[in-house]
This record gives sequence, structure tokens and C-alpha cells, in this order.
Amino acid sequence: MRLPLSWLHDHVVPDLDVRALATRLAMTGTEVDRIDRYGVDGLEHFVVGKVLTCGAHPDADRLRVCTVDVGDGDREAAQQIVCGAPNVAAGQTVAVARPGAIMPDGSKLKAAKLRGQTSAGMILAEAELGLGDDHAGIMVLDSALAAGTPLAEVLPISDTVLELEVTPNRPDCLGVYGVAREVHAATGAPLGPAPWAQDDHPAFDAIPGVTITVQTELCPRFTARAFEHVTVGPSPAWLRARLLAAGLRPINNVVDITNYAMWLTGQPLHAFDLDRVAGGTLTVRAAGEGETMTTLDAAERTLDPDVVLIADADGPTSIAGVMGGQRSEVHAGTTRVLMEVATWDGPNINRTMAKLGLRSEAGARFEKSLAPEQAMEAQAVASRLMRELTGAEPVGGTIDLGGPGPRAQTIRLRDSRVVSLLGAPVKRATSHEILTALGFTVAEADDGLDVAVPAFRRHDVTREADLIEEVARINGFESLPSTVPRNRTGFPGRLTGAQRLRRRAEDVLVGRGLHEVAGWSFTEPALLDRLRLPEDHPLRAVVELENPMSEAQSILRPTIVGSLLDVAAHNAARGMGDVAIFESGCVYRRHADPAEPLADEHHALAALVTGARAPASWRDGASGPADFFAAKGLLEAVAAALRVELTYAPAAEWPFLHPGRSAEVLRAGARVGFVGEVHPLVTADWDLDAHAVGVFAVDLGRLVAGVPGVAAYRDVTSYPAVRQDLAIVVPDTVPAAEVVALVARSAEDVRVFDVYTGAQVGEGRKSIALHCAFRAKDRTLGEEDVTRLRDKLVKRIASELGGELRA
Amino acid sequence: MSTTLDRIATLHAEATGAIDAAGTVAALEELRVGYLGRKAELPNLLRSVAQLPPEERGAVGKAANQARQALDVLIESRGTALAAAELDARLAVDTVDVTLPGVPAQPVGRLHLLTATRRAIEDVFCGLGFTVVEGPEVELVHYNFDALNHDPAHPARGRSDTFYVRRPRTDSVGAHDPANEVVLRTHTSPMQPRAMAAQAPPIAIIVPGRVYRRDSDATHTPQFHQVEGLAVDEDITLADLKGTLLAFARAIFGDERDVRLRPHFFPFTEPSVEVDVSCFQCAGTGALKPGPTRPARCNLCKGTGWLEILGSGMVDPNVLGMVPTGEYDPERWQGYAFGMGVERIAMLRHSVPDLRLFYDNDLRFLAQFG
Repeated sequence: MRLPLSWLHDHVVPDLDVRALATRLAMTGTEVDRIDRYGVDGLEHFVVGKVLTCGAHPDADRLRVCTVDVGDGDREAAQQIVCGAPNVAAGQTVAVARPGAIMPDGSKLKAAKLRGQTSAGMILAEAELGLGDDHAGIMVLDSALAAGTPLAEVLPISDTVLELEVTPNRPDCLGVYGVAREVHAATGAPLGPAPWAQDDHPAFDAIPGVTITVQTELCPRFTARAFEHVTVGPSPAWLRARLLAAGLRPINNVVDITNYAMWLTGQPLHAFDLDRVAGGTLTVRAAGEGETMTTLDAAERTLDPDVVLIADADGPTSIAGVMGGQRSEVHAGTTRVLMEVATWDGPNINRTMAKLGLRSEAGARFEKSLAPEQAMEAQAVASRLMRELTGAEPVGGTIDLGGPGPRAQTIRLRDSRVVSLLGAPVKRATSHEILTALGFTVAEADDGLDVAVPAFRRHDVTREADLIEEVARINGFESLPSTVPRNRTGFPGRLTGAQRLRRRAEDVLVGRGLHEVAGWSFTEPALLDRLRLPEDHPLRAVVELENPMSEAQSILRPTIVGSLLDVAAHNAARGMGDVAIFESGCVYRRHADPAEPLADEHHALAALVTGARAPASWRDGASGPADFFAAKGLLEAVAAALRVELTYAPAAEWPFLHPGRSAEVLRAGARVGFVGEVHPLVTADWDLDAHAVGVFAVDLGRLVAGVPGVAAYRDVTSYPAVRQDLAIVVPDTVPAAEVVALVARSAEDVRVFDVYTGAQVGEGRKSIALHCAFRAKDRTLGEEDVTRLRDKLVKRIASELGGELRA
Repeated sequence: MSTTLDRIATLHAEATGAIDAAGTVAALEELRVGYLGRKAELPNLLRSVAQLPPEERGAVGKAANQARQALDVLIESRGTALAAAELDARLAVDTVDVTLPGVPAQPVGRLHLLTATRRAIEDVFCGLGFTVVEGPEVELVHYNFDALNHDPAHPARGRSDTFYVRRPRTDSVGAHDPANEVVLRTHTSPMQPRAMAAQAPPIAIIVPGRVYRRDSDATHTPQFHQVEGLAVDEDITLADLKGTLLAFARAIFGDERDVRLRPHFFPFTEPSVEVDVSCFQCAGTGALKPGPTRPARCNLCKGTGWLEILGSGMVDPNVLGMVPTGEYDPERWQGYAFGMGVERIAMLRHSVPDLRLFYDNDLRFLAQFG
């Protein structure tokens, strides 16, 4: 809401400079986005001048050389000013900008030479002052004005404009007088009488030849007044200046009056050319399914029964509350005007605008649910201006269907409730004063105040808490003490177990040199193809957005792998090809049950490593490139830190992974994620094919489900172990994990330290070397005990794995 | 007899001098052999004690023994000293270039600044007694708007502001219940009604998480992060909100900070306030170099001395009344709620100039924080 300060001053003149006023408004609930200037600056350089002489320019046919008395007195001769306007003539009283003047576009006027003739400024046309579009000629002012009179005293050439951020609960502040009331309450400056207080329109309840019918509940009030002998033409400068300062484009006096009255009262109006209202009838009704009409913006709109329209005998003329139609628009030849001011159902207007993709100043006010009382306020303001500015005379009286809104609600404001909600008391007299200034009607009660809510706050103030807010915001929060509540929940503040484990998992990866990234939850549908997912792949069950910002952000990511590849590619393209990153965040899939409206979301932990596995060192040189095992090592570190046992099985379901270098990650036999090298076709698509790319992704919730929050002690004072290394030769097809698991049945601390394939073990076989420790719970093992255990182990290796101990 | 005793004394003195003078472990070993070895004089004297007349044996034997033991001790200690000195001499020449980096080079990872900031916020509120809870990002309109007292015409519900999720058409009738519509949550506030439905009062929770709005420029990204707070009890006041947020502001922005409340409007709080923290760059003065010349305006707070950090207020009675369990009777229970942007806190605290940097994930950015 742009508020020209001069307009505000019609109604209230606070004793504060504009910055202090802006701060005061901000501290009472009306944010001032910025303080803007409208029109010109350097006002001392704009004066009234008298054209003394006006002669031809020696070198330019279209220019005139004038001498202009700018009121500098005897000491200085009149100024020479070159002027290009055809209507300039000696004897005129004109508006002059002198060197130093700052024009509306911000440019600073300098003394200049035009085709060899000096010019000490310019004689002004309306357009140059931002007052209109008329470039054709200079303005000729009242000859009674003395030369040297400051132009700002004569014409509205400059204003200060407050750009207010009006919160959606306060449509009354979308009118100048409503803001004036706020300023009155916030500063104590006296508030002038309401501009609609006097209404001289004839008091009949009918207009000859006009019939209006309302056929919908969505129009609580519909009022109309008619005028004849209207002369359509430009509005006077003051009105145009006000509209321009407010950010509205002047059109003609009738339309300008509707806009002016809207800006003053907050209530939109619509002017019909009464001679173009077919049959003199207006019907307010729901649109038919598929009914169409052409709105003022020349667009044809298709409507449905939830849209309310105003129709005459020939069909729709307006979309109610949103936009008028072309057919009955006021035009240059209009002489009879029907002024319509109505109240519409806010949510319905909101839906209509959303549905039609059409927003207007009027609709933006109506959707916030205006009070029916405001309709007659706007009629009163508009009627006066119609008479004063267009020569209009009333036809008949006022048609008023619906009348004012419900009787004012009275709410008790208890002193005790004020202090218990705010934590500090407010004097009853102070509350009384504040609420009265805001337009409430206040009466004393035993335990507080009985407060009647004015119509324009009917929707916003309905409960005691709303009144407390009114009192608190005007009273100010500066004096409020700062206290901290007791915690009576019975719980200390804390993270859940899962949240603590998530932090631990993230910290493990950070501790191993990975950078955490924050990817987009949005992604492109093409990601699914880029990941080579077949049609029926579960990851294709994505959550789709109905109104994405763009196609590239139209679905939610079903896996973090795409995000990680994006980040890796971003950095690789900038010369950072060694990437070790992870993300801890949500992934989203459509719920398996179509009746379930929410998504299947889980918190995933995923990492990507490519390029050097570790920073190069001056002694050991560069480490090898990251691969499957680098990614797996990181996942193992996370699992070990969280005390989670994971197993791995060859993967089949992840087409974006290398088929021979990928694994399902299992916990207690159930899949919790995957680890692998990214498929070369996929890395190529992301321009990451310089090195292998290792990734893992796990569902953190499943990974840590049931992990005990508290670890229990296990005996460490047991009998010593006999440590041995075993080399076991098995067929190639036997996974190492099976060998380890088998050995672990007889020994502890079983770890693979070497894998060998080659001539010494024979074709199709491999040797897996293990560290292990034999230990008994109840005694120190002797040589023969160990031999017995080993013999048993060898038999098992042979029978279960087809392997043997390497000699 | 005296000659023998004299001889022992002489040997003792002579050996003591020589041992003290020995300069190397090798020389000391020579002395040990020379004075205490099998062929040396003193052990021989001891061995021949038996041949002495009985009245001399005791004195000579004792003297010789004492001399031998004393020399043993002396050699031992001198040996330790010499060995240490020799080790020191060897170590002194065994040098490395201490300015070379450690081996192996240890990579240093970082938390994303948003995570680091979120954790810092969580930790402050845990300390103030809040429990951390989380909720779904794909959310029902009911929780995102209706249960939070949003007017049916509230502009935030619009397709231009909020992401709606495409729903498979399961109903053949086409009856479309707007409350069953699904959005990407526009704030972490939907966890207020969810948490209250799950837990009877009193309650004190914070809700960190990702949220979404249809906006994209230097100061808006369509996804960002919030931390919501909710505290409800019988006697929680607006002054408590101010005190809690003051404690928060000081923990995050420094002990000197102050906060101020500015009235605002939010559908789910009444009264509603925006909270500003005094600017930490200019200490709330709005000026950077106060002096006789015109003061430079603080660029962080734009000369106002205050930085907006969050929106909050007293929980609207309608929000409490709508909790389906009926456990939050607004005549009995009251409290406050607040919601802050993690990005905004991080940008202010770390002077990050552009919101989009958080999501570019350039390693040169990531390495600076966390």
C-alpha cells in the first residue's frame, strides 16, 4: 500500500519526521518497506515564472528564446530560457525548473546551450513533472501568481510516499483513512472526521429505470447510485498527482474517482456506463458452467458456477469483485454513470482469482473480507467527487441490497487475562485509551472493559486475545520483562536416540574427511532415465508437484545419489575432481497405498567418493583412486561407530550401479541400502568418467532401528588368545564373508589381510588370508587345544566351502 | 696389615678418579675390567683374604668389599650418565625437517553450514528444556494451514506461493476435499498441531526441518530450513517468549545482544510479534565509525541497529482449541510459538552474502564452515 504523506496529512498530522513515523508504525504493527519520493526534488529550484519576451531562435525553427522573470528581483535580469513548446507566448505565467532542479526521473537540470543559445532552465510541461502524459505544450498557470512563488505551493509536484506492508488481517489499512486511524492511535495526533461523514446524496431507495437483483449468498451487500450529465475528461492535477504518487495510473475523471475513493476507504468501486447496461438491469448470480466473458484486460475468460458475476440483460458485464467487462466500461462519451459498490465473500473472491489466474487491486481487497458498512462509505466519497469533478447530478437515490453487517460484538477484556498472557500488567485506563483510539467502543466492567468491535475490524477481532494484541502492540513491548518459563514437562531438553545416532553417523564421515552437502529435494523427471531406471523400478514411484517452479524441479528426489552426482559434477567442472561428500537428508517416494495422501519419506545417509582416496603425502605419494571398497570402507566405519552389524550381498536392483561392483547392504537380513561403483554410462552422463565413482546410500532409520542407546559391559579379563594367521583356499565363487563367517564360529577377531589369486592356488580358486584368535572362556588354550580347533575348522572348510588350508 | 689397607684405599681413590674422568662408555668398561675384573688387584685382594692372618682378615675383607661395592655403584651411575650423554649426542644429529607436513596427510571434512547452524540452534534449545521432534515434509493442507488457523483465503495457500503435490485420482465421484490436499510444507509449524495431538500439555518442543515456498531469487530459494518452537503450559507468557529468545539470541550472536519485539500478524499466534536482535556488527548503533564526521551506516542492519531474526507470538486460542484430543483447552493452557530460518541465522552469523551459495555446494564454500 503506497501512502502519499500529503494524503495522510488530510486526516492526521503526527508531530514526527517521516523516519520517526515509519519507525513508530513498524513498532506498532505496520511495517514500512521503504520511504519513497514521488515527483521532483530540489524544490527550491522550481518556481513560478512570467514570460516577458518570446522570440524566434536564430538557428532553430521549432525553438523559441524567452526571457522569463523568475522573481529574483531587481538585482538580476530576467533569465533566458529556450523553449520548444508551440504554445509558449509572452505574458504567460508558467512553471520553471532552474538549474539544480532534480526531475522525476532523477536527472539533475543544468544550464545548457541549445543551438548556441544559453538556457537557464526549462519551462515545464505536465509530463516533465510527472503529472500526466501531455508533452504537447507547457502548462499555463493562473496569472495571479507572482513570479518566484515556489512551484510546490501551486502544484502537487512532490510528495513523500510510505510503502506499507499491510498484514492480511487488516484490510482497513488498505485505505488512507484506516492508516490515519492507526497513526492516530500510535502517535496521539488528532484524527480528522471520516471523509464519508457527510453524504448529500438523495435519500431515496430506488433509481428510476434501474433494477438490481442479487441471486447469491456470496454478495452480502450490493449498493448502486446513478448520475447523469457526467462530463468525462481528465482529472485535475491534484487528483492525478495523488493517484500517481499512490502508484495508480490516471485514466479519466470517473475511473479516477473510483480509484481515489478505493484508496481512501479501502473499498473498491466500479463505474458502469449506465447507457450500456442493457435493460437497466443488473443481476448478481453464479456463472453457468463454461460461461465466458471478456474482461477489461481484453482476455476472454471461461467461468464456472463457483464464480460470481454481474450480468445485464445481454449477459455478463463483470466478474464480481475482480474485474469489470469491456462492454459497459466508462468511455469518453459516457454521460450517465452507475456507481456500483458491493461486498463480496472473501474466500470466494480468492478462489476465483486463483482459478482465473487474474489478480486486481479490487480483488486483493475483497479477498480479505471487507465490512458491508464500507460500501456506503465509498459511495459517499465517490458521490461528492462525481458532483465536484464531473458535473454529475444524482438520478434517484441509493439501491442498497443486503444493508450493513451484523451488530457489533462486545468482548470482555479482563485485566487478569492481560497480565497472565503478556506477563506484565497494562493499566485499564491505558487499554481504554488505546482501544478507543483504534475505533473500538469501550465501557467499564467489573473486572476489565467491555469492548464493542467496529465493523471494519469485525473479522479480525473476535476474541479476548485479539483485544490483548491491540492493547499490547500500541502500548509497546519495550517495557515487557524478559523471563524464562519453568520446564514442567518432566523431561530434560534432548535429542531422540535416532537424532543422536544421526549426528554420530554424520560426524564419522566428517572425521574421515568428507564434506557434507545440501542438495535439492526437487529434481527433474529425466533423472529417472539418467539413472537408467526401468519402467517398473520402485524408485520411479516419485512424488510429483502440481505447480513446480520448472520442469527441472517438478518431482521430489527418490534417492540422494542424483544430488551427490550433481554436486560432484559441479565441483569437477571447477577443477575439483577429488570429491568426498555426503548428504544426510530426506528422500521421497509415493506411498505404496494410493489412499495414503502423504509420501513415503525417509532420512537417508549417502556418500560419494571419486578421485584420490586421500590427500597425497610427501612421503607415501598419492593414494589410489576411490572405488567400491573406498565407499564400503566409509559405510563400515559408520556402521561400526553406531555398533550396527551389516552384511553385503551382490546387488541386482540398482541399474545405475556397476553390476559387478555393487552390493545390497543388509541388516539382520533386511535391505537398508546399497553400496557400489556408479555405472560408467551414468558417470559419463554427469561428466564424471575420469575416475570410478563410489557411492553408498542407506535408510538411516532402518540402519539404527533398535540399536541400544546404552552399551552393556562385556568381560575383557578373559584368558589369553592364541593368535594365528590362516590362508584358506576356496573356489572363486565363494564370497569372503562366508569364509570369515565360518572361521568366526571357532575363532575371534577374524579379519581378512590378503587375497591372492594365481598359479600357486590354481585356476578358479583364491586364497584368503585371515588373522584370527583362538580363545576359551574358562582356561588358557594349550598347543593341542588349538590344533584340535584348527582340525575341526579344516574339516568344515572342506565340507561346507570346498576349500582347504593353504600349505 | 696397614699396607694392605692402604693399598685398598689407594686403589679406591685411584679408581674413583679414573671413573669420574672416563669420557665414554667404552673407556668406563676398560676401567671396570681394570679395577674390578677377574685379573684386577682389588678382587684378588678379596680372594686372598683367607691367606691373611686371622686377626687381619676381618678388616681387610671389609675394606676391600666396601671399596668394590662403592666402585660398582660409581661405575653404574657413571655408565648411565655417559650412555645418556652419548644418546643425546646421537639424537642431536638425527634431525628431520619439522616443517614438513604430517604423514599420512589427514583429510578434514566439514558439516554443511546449515547443519552446523541447525545443531547450534538445537543445542541452545535443548539447554533451555526443549525436546527436538521432526515431521513430514510432504504434508496435509490440514496441518499446514487449517489446523494453524489460516483463513481459507490466506494468500499463502495459493498455487503461486505453495507447492501442491499431484494426487492420484482415487475417487471416481471427483469430490475433492481441500483439507485432504497435500503440499510441501511451507513451514515447520504443522508439527505444532501434530505434536500437541500426540502429547498432553505441558509441552516444549523445537522442530528443525526443510520447508518449501514458490520463490526464487537472491534472498529466496524454493527450499530452505526452519526451526519451529512451541511451549505450552498454564502460565507461559509473552514475557517468557521474550526471555527465551533473548537467551537464544545471546547464545548464537553474543552475550551483548538485546532483542526487541515488533507487532506483526500470523494466523496461528495472537498476539504475533517479529523478533529483532540488536546488530552485532555495529553493537546496535546502526553506525560503524561514530565520530565527528558523518558516521558510516552499518551495512548489515542498514543503519537501523536491529536485525530481524524470526516470527513468533502467543499460540492462537483457535490452534489450541482445534487439537482433537481436547487436552489443550485455551482457557487453561497458553504458550508461545516461534519459527526461524536457519539460512537467515547462518547468513547473519557468517556474513554469507547470497542464499544460493548454500545449495551450490561448491567445495570452496563448504570448506569454510562447520
